[in-house]
Amino acid sequence: MKEVEQPSRNNLEGLKGWLNPSRYGWERISYWFQRLTGVFLLIYFIGHVYETSTIVNGQNAWESFLELTQTVWGHLFLILVIGACTFHSANGIRLIFTHSGIGLGTPGRPDYPYSPSSLNYRQKSGIWIALILSAAAMYYGFNILFGE
Amino acid sequence: MESHRILKESQIMKIHYVTGIAAIFVVAIHILMRLIVPFESSLEYDYIISNYKNIFYVLILESILVLVSVHGFNGIRIILLELRQNKAWENMITVVTISAMIALIAYGTRTIILANGL
Amino acid sequence: MVLNNTDSINEDKIVLKVYRENRGQKSGAHYDRFEVPYKRWTTVLDALLYVKSYIDPSVAIRYSCRMASCGSCGMKINGFPRLACYTKISELETSTIECEPLSNFPIIRDLVTDFSLFFNHHKDIQPYIQSNEGVETDTEKKTFSFYQSPEDVDKYLQFSYCIKCGLCNSACPTVGTDLRFPGPQALAQLYRYFADTRDESKNRLDIVDDRHGIWRCHFAGSCSKVCPKGVDPALGIQLLRSYMLGISKDNKELAKKIEINTDK
Repeated sequence: MKEVEQPSRNNLEGLKGWLNPSRYGWERISYWFQRLTGVFLLIYFIGHVYETSTIVNGQNAWESFLELTQTVWGHLFLILVIGACTFHSANGIRLIFTHSGIGLGTPGRPDYPYSPSSLNYRQKSGIWIALILSAAAMYYGFNILFGE
Repeated sequence: MESHRILKESQIMKIHYVTGIAAIFVVAIHILMRLIVPFESSLEYDYIISNYKNIFYVLILESILVLVSVHGFNGIRIILLELRQNKAWENMITVVTISAMIALIAYGTRTIILANGL
Repeated sequence: MVLNNTDSINEDKIVLKVYRENRGQKSGAHYDRFEVPYKRWTTVLDALLYVKSYIDPSVAIRYSCRMASCGSCGMKINGFPRLACYTKISELETSTIECEPLSNFPIIRDLVTDFSLFFNHHKDIQPYIQSNEGVETDTEKKTFSFYQSPEDVDKYLQFSYCIKCGLCNSACPTVGTDLRFPGPQALAQLYRYFADTRDESKNRLDIVDDRHGIWRCHFAGSCSKVCPKGVDPALGIQLLRSYMLGISKDNKELAKKIEINTDK
């Protein structure tokens, strides 16, 4: 009889429950990406403000900062930032509409198979568009950064 | 606990949405600054300094700083608040995120002022 | 360990992997496997009751109506919150079916979970019509009837179909970390009463305008994905939020009260 780990008293899924978004469909995946890109962008923003402030130390300081970031890894990282920024913004706009009750359908009299009207194709399309825009922005960024 | 809240959660969330939308516009302008000149020269020292001397661009940069800091640190506050529910944790999160936000805005503003003066 | 009944050679069989836990006893949590015969129409609940009847009567499960009406038999089936009576084995398409207790609810024993916090969150949102009708004076007692058109009823009807099965709270990522969050069930019920033209309460929205209230919903939509009755709690929560943001105006026309003459 193989013993398994007993869950904590409250049996809360906790942070581990956030780790597998695909079991609940696209809306859960977009929630997961929105959080991930948000935290990532905040960390990037703090680093960006700190690093770009080397400009006040003169031209030499600025150019040695550029040597650090204008590298292949620096460019690849920036492409990730572009993708994260585009997804977070586009999905954020979709979320602002849904939080205002727009694009979700109206309450009615549900009948079998009880498809929820809030998880409709408008929402799913919004998520897919955000992902596609993000990929397009990353592609465009790649062309610009590695294009020369 | 509820009595000494300065802002209701609904007001904080309205700020979160407004700063988010506004940030999209100003960040878009900031990114465009690298695309309207030849890309290789868009990060040259002289060009960047000339940007800092332009008062409109300075206002854009300051707006980005404030809007993104408020939106970002409020976001991290929300994520962290969901992880534990006791008074000490919540107070600590509120203090740390607000302090970090103010510190980042102050540091960035210093950069802008100094670069503008160069 | 597979426990089975020795006859029925020609029947289709499935392996049921059931989570077992009894904190009162020294043995730790583990999974027991049971081989169960099934037909095209056999539900997971039928399979579990077969196990209780013929193989191991100590498996603890909660069930009642067997027709997705009472909300008692909620559990995680193959990792997804479902009602056991409403899930056919044939629709699952795996040879082993894993039955676990609902997550985000404390486990009492095996597949039975504690719903106290769930019901407390529901009570906190004042789930009853608050109205100033039924004025009683010394000399007369008036009785009122409310008039609601079908359009008025449609505004809240689907949310009233909630059977309190708890699947939505089990799926919600916020409930998974935040014990003070009311959960999609309570928030959807808050909207159900808010949208009801018979309800005259003015402070419903303030109950959840809190750090751990409605604002910790981020429209992950998992609640609506798992709801077996089409309540769509995510819709209710976003509609409620639009009132709290001031996007939708709170100008509900209250239901007309028609006095009923009860003099015989």
